[in-house]
Amino acid sequence: MRHNSLENRLVDAIRRAVTGVTPETEQRLRAAVDTESSDAPKVQLNAILENIDVGTSESRPICQDTGTPTFFIQAGSDFPRLGELRDTITRAVRRATKEVPLRPNAVDPISHENSNDNTGRHVPVIHWDIIDGDAATIHVIPKGGGSENMSKLVMMTPGRGLKGVKEIVLEHVAAMEGKACPPTIIGLGLGGGSDLALELAKKALLRPVGQRHPEPQVAEMEEELLEKINRLGVGPMGVGGATTVMDVKIEYAHRHPASFPVGIVPQCWANRQTTVHVDPDGKAEVTQ
Amino acid sequence: MKVFETPIDPEEVGKLRVGDAFYITGIIFTARDAAHEKLLGLDDSQVPFDPSKYAMFHCGPAIHKVDGEWQVVSAGPTTSIRMEIFEDEFIERFGTRVIIGKGGMGDRTLKALEKHGAVYAQYTGGAGALMANAIEAVEDVYFLDELGIPEAFWMFRVNKAGPFLVTMDSSGNSIHADVAKKVQKNLEQLKKEL
Repeated sequence: MRHNSLENRLVDAIRRAVTGVTPETEQRLRAAVDTESSDAPKVQLNAILENIDVGTSESRPICQDTGTPTFFIQAGSDFPRLGELRDTITRAVRRATKEVPLRPNAVDPISHENSNDNTGRHVPVIHWDIIDGDAATIHVIPKGGGSENMSKLVMMTPGRGLKGVKEIVLEHVAAMEGKACPPTIIGLGLGGGSDLALELAKKALLRPVGQRHPEPQVAEMEEELLEKINRLGVGPMGVGGATTVMDVKIEYAHRHPASFPVGIVPQCWANRQTTVHVDPDGKAEVTQ
Repeated sequence: MKVFETPIDPEEVGKLRVGDAFYITGIIFTARDAAHEKLLGLDDSQVPFDPSKYAMFHCGPAIHKVDGEWQVVSAGPTTSIRMEIFEDEFIERFGTRVIIGKGGMGDRTLKALEKHGAVYAQYTGGAGALMANAIEAVEDVYFLDELGIPEAFWMFRVNKAGPFLVTMDSSGNSIHADVAKKVQKNLEQLKKEL
């Protein structure tokens, strides 16, 4: 019974994720309308806001691309259901695909066959952090293909330093034009190996829009990039304007002296996320 | 704001300029890459509908059958540039004058718009719920078995669908090309400030 309850909450969390955006995202989009001085970007932003209203009030996926089912989990090592969590999530994804419904988005790269239930090899995608304790937090972040296609990894020459990082980010966001459905959120992963840089870039997107990195120097870099990117003038959906990104999020890891991996993972304006908190006894609660 | 009823008067389409926004009531048909290729490969007698009468929408909808009836779940635009290799020929042969998608198209399409008095309009990427809400009925679907759900021609009866923002017009203007130029200029300046 308890187990079913978690599965039900997960289906609910996926439904709530794909039928709206996070509250901070919606606030930021609303505020953006007034910062635009011409009609074209206002038309795009107002359509986005009206679309979010329709999605949320009718419990309808806001975008037809309901994304790759992606989960970031912080689980206590004493969480009693740790071993069965992947299976529970997989079952919830299958059910959500039918019940919400979601678009089937899991394709075998070798045979080209669509599994039709959003599950398959390594899918749902789950990132694990095992921590102390006996509870678990599951972040649900269905990731759309349009913005994911604009991800980038640069193995930067370390000598270019943070100035080089900023150049790479500005050049890439300029090259993205309207393709990642702006206003986007830019996740930036610095250091680590190639794998970690991209994982951190995606993980950075979990931090709510408007919330700065706790370390002042990193927070300052986020703000500088946010301000400079928005002066590029790409604008909402690439029609020109003041709001190209809603936020920039940086996470970092120590790097090899010879390497400076720079991972960039953009999130489209449809920043769909929910969180499930699970008690040791299996009681689960969904928050946004 | 302007609401056009299909079939849209070609003279009205010719008057549209970049920056204009409009809505559509009537019939919109979806067409992605495979649909373009399919129709262009047919003889005139085999084409199942008249593409000159309706607006074309670059879209692969999320759609399912409920009690035997098609219901649209969400229907936002797909990236239009993939259709660049077909669009000028499509406009030339079938006379479609209103093309809706996202992200803009290239020079070949822009030239075809000029030649045929047509426009390209952007529908907001990801705004699939809003469009689904404006779709009153699925009137028909063509080549569903052959092309599959996302690629088939879906004929949607819509009521005030939009807003569609004209980003490429029949006078050779393209917001996409203009913004790309401005962004490159701004980028050079911003890099100097680092």
